[in-house]
Amino acid sequence: MSKPAVVVEGLHKQYGSIEVIKGVSLTAHEHEVISILGSSGSGKSTLLRCINLLEIPTRGEITIHNELIRLKAGRSGLRVPSDRKQVERIRSRVAMVFQQFNLWSHMTVLQNVIEAPIHVLKVPKRQAIEEGEAFLERVGMYDRRDYYPAHLSGGEQQRTAIARALAINPSVMLFDEPTSALDPELVGEVLKVIRSLAEEGRTMLVVTHEMDFARDVSHKVLFLHQGKIESEGTPQAVFEESTSAPFQQFLARGAT
Amino acid sequence: MDFEVIINNLPLYLEGLWITLQLVVVSLVCGLFIAIPLGMLSAHRNYWIQFLPRLFIYCFRGTPLLVQMFLIYHGLGQFEAVRESLAWIILKEAYWCALIAFSLNTAAYTAEIIRGTIRQTPAGEIEVARSMGMSPLTQQRRIVLPSTFRRALPAYGNEVIFMLHGSALAGIITIVDLFGAAKIVNSRYFVPFESFITAGFFYLCVTFLIVGLFRLAENRWHAHLRPRQS
Repeated sequence: MSKPAVVVEGLHKQYGSIEVIKGVSLTAHEHEVISILGSSGSGKSTLLRCINLLEIPTRGEITIHNELIRLKAGRSGLRVPSDRKQVERIRSRVAMVFQQFNLWSHMTVLQNVIEAPIHVLKVPKRQAIEEGEAFLERVGMYDRRDYYPAHLSGGEQQRTAIARALAINPSVMLFDEPTSALDPELVGEVLKVIRSLAEEGRTMLVVTHEMDFARDVSHKVLFLHQGKIESEGTPQAVFEESTSAPFQQFLARGAT
Repeated sequence: MDFEVIINNLPLYLEGLWITLQLVVVSLVCGLFIAIPLGMLSAHRNYWIQFLPRLFIYCFRGTPLLVQMFLIYHGLGQFEAVRESLAWIILKEAYWCALIAFSLNTAAYTAEIIRGTIRQTPAGEIEVARSMGMSPLTQQRRIVLPSTFRRALPAYGNEVIFMLHGSALAGIITIVDLFGAAKIVNSRYFVPFESFITAGFFYLCVTFLIVGLFRLAENRWHAHLRPRQS
């Protein structure tokens, strides 16, 4: 198999006395799509946010493309990054798409997309616009490039957010329930875009409630339950053969 | 009613208007320069960083502008050390004292507007900037401040009008601003109604101008908040 892109080892995350993640390890190889399932409170979003260092894991290590993220004990006893520059560099290669889109509301669609290339990656403006327009074409938002986020539907906002994530040319993409905030009839257009990204061989970790997507698109499925990996494997292994009671319950609830 | 007196004294009013505009514009500009860092620091999460800016804001919002102006103009001159220092060149002039008081006062109010607006920046918009590897400084410069500036516009428009009206206090410490001019006309000819309604009229005109300017600014910078035009 190809090289590992994301390696998480023994990850724990604690908020005060509440432990949300209780020792999770996973490896995402290059070109691999991993779906992360779990009911709310299972720690799946927290896991994703730890990979991008939006949350600092209490224990455990994260390696992105063979580069270990260095953490040290902070003054309050919690860990902090040893090197802010390293974290910023890694973040600029690991793009994240959020449930609530989080487009910058005072910028147009195109401005949203070229912002990080220009001000993080220092791409010349003209080049950033050219590339940004190509990404907008890709997600079907080129015609709306001068719209403000408030003037777009949820699906259009999320597709813009995906174009914005693509614009930093990420080597890993994290999706945190990208379709959960959308009206049912808008889910399809966003999933189609994510599916096409999976097909072109991008490394992706997707937290999702879309079972069909997890089954059809991903190479590996993780089911998180109470902060631990309850079952994992190929979609077939997990969906057809898993005997885990929590997973069966989870599926049953999703089906109704 | 005797408006002939007013017409004869129009040059005095116009000179007063000019002084009022100077005081307001200069103190707004100075105040804004003080307010931006002050507002950013007072919006900081760290208690110790917040402390001094918030103390400043609290003191200047907590006392009347008139008291602040009197303290600077009359109060400081009481100390020999001040009178003998270089600062006295500035502090003995009513004009400069008013300017200092106005600047600090509007700085405090504006900083408070900025603090509140920064705090209300949607957390998701900052988070996504972080998630793309933006440095904290770039986050402030590119995301937080532009968004704050837009959302603070209406409240700041209010502050500008308050500053204009507050500037009438300058007339009390011998400065011939609009209000000072009205006072002079009244004391010379004893026409209180005519003299002060004329000053009121000029204040109204300037307010009209300010409101118009802010409307233009909102048209320009609030495009993202307007309903979509089809």
